[in-house]
Amino acid sequence: MDALAEGSIAATIATAAEVLGWICVIAGAFFCLVGGIGLLRMPDMFTRMHAAGVTDTMGAGLILAGLALHEGFTLITVKLGFILLFIVFSSPTATHALSQAALAGGLTPWRKGEPRDSEVYSTGPGPSKEEKATAREEASSKG
Amino acid sequence: MIYAAVTLALLVAMAMALGRAWLGPTVYDRILALNTFGTETVLVIAVVGFLFGRPEFLDIAILYALINFIGTIAALKFFKFGDLGHGLDYEEDDEEGAA
Repeated sequence: MDALAEGSIAATIATAAEVLGWICVIAGAFFCLVGGIGLLRMPDMFTRMHAAGVTDTMGAGLILAGLALHEGFTLITVKLGFILLFIVFSSPTATHALSQAALAGGLTPWRKGEPRDSEVYSTGPGPSKEEKATAREEASSKG
Repeated sequence: MIYAAVTLALLVAMAMALGRAWLGPTVYDRILALNTFGTETVLVIAVVGFLFGRPEFLDIAILYALINFIGTIAALKFFKFGDLGHGLDYEEDDEEGAA
């Protein structure tokens, strides 16, 4: 009787872990889609980094956690943990380097009411020299 | 079945990231899109490994995560210093502004 009860408890825990894993994996896929939509629709580079962060944290975290819940305690789970740990460290580092490089390259963050960056300039590594000169004049006239 | 649906969703998200890399407009948008694309590639490799019952694919996913991070930093460094190499007149502008 006791053995039977223990067996049913173990089976219940296994089923719960499986269901929780499915929920995590599906939620992670949803957040990846949200990040992709934000990447397409946000108005400039700095706001798009916010959308990319959704994919890097919630998307990757939930999908890898769901896979780990399905696998149980094996070497596979350790590898999933390594991937998750590496993404958790590398994603903010890459985001920081990217925003610093973009600021050094002359991009300025988008403000509410401004046009989308695709309407300001079409291509190239940031605003043109004339655009930067006019922006500098405006800033100096304000100050 | 659910793994297949998740793989499909991830592929759609990867297509969106590629669309942003195509549209630009700045080089930083493209680097950001490629970084996101790489993260989603890692996830697709992991999920496809579970879908086909071969979780050994995770070794490839670890390798891809490492290469993705190093590639992003290398591309950023290249574009940052490429800009500085062009930008000797930027420094002159700054000095004029300071004076």
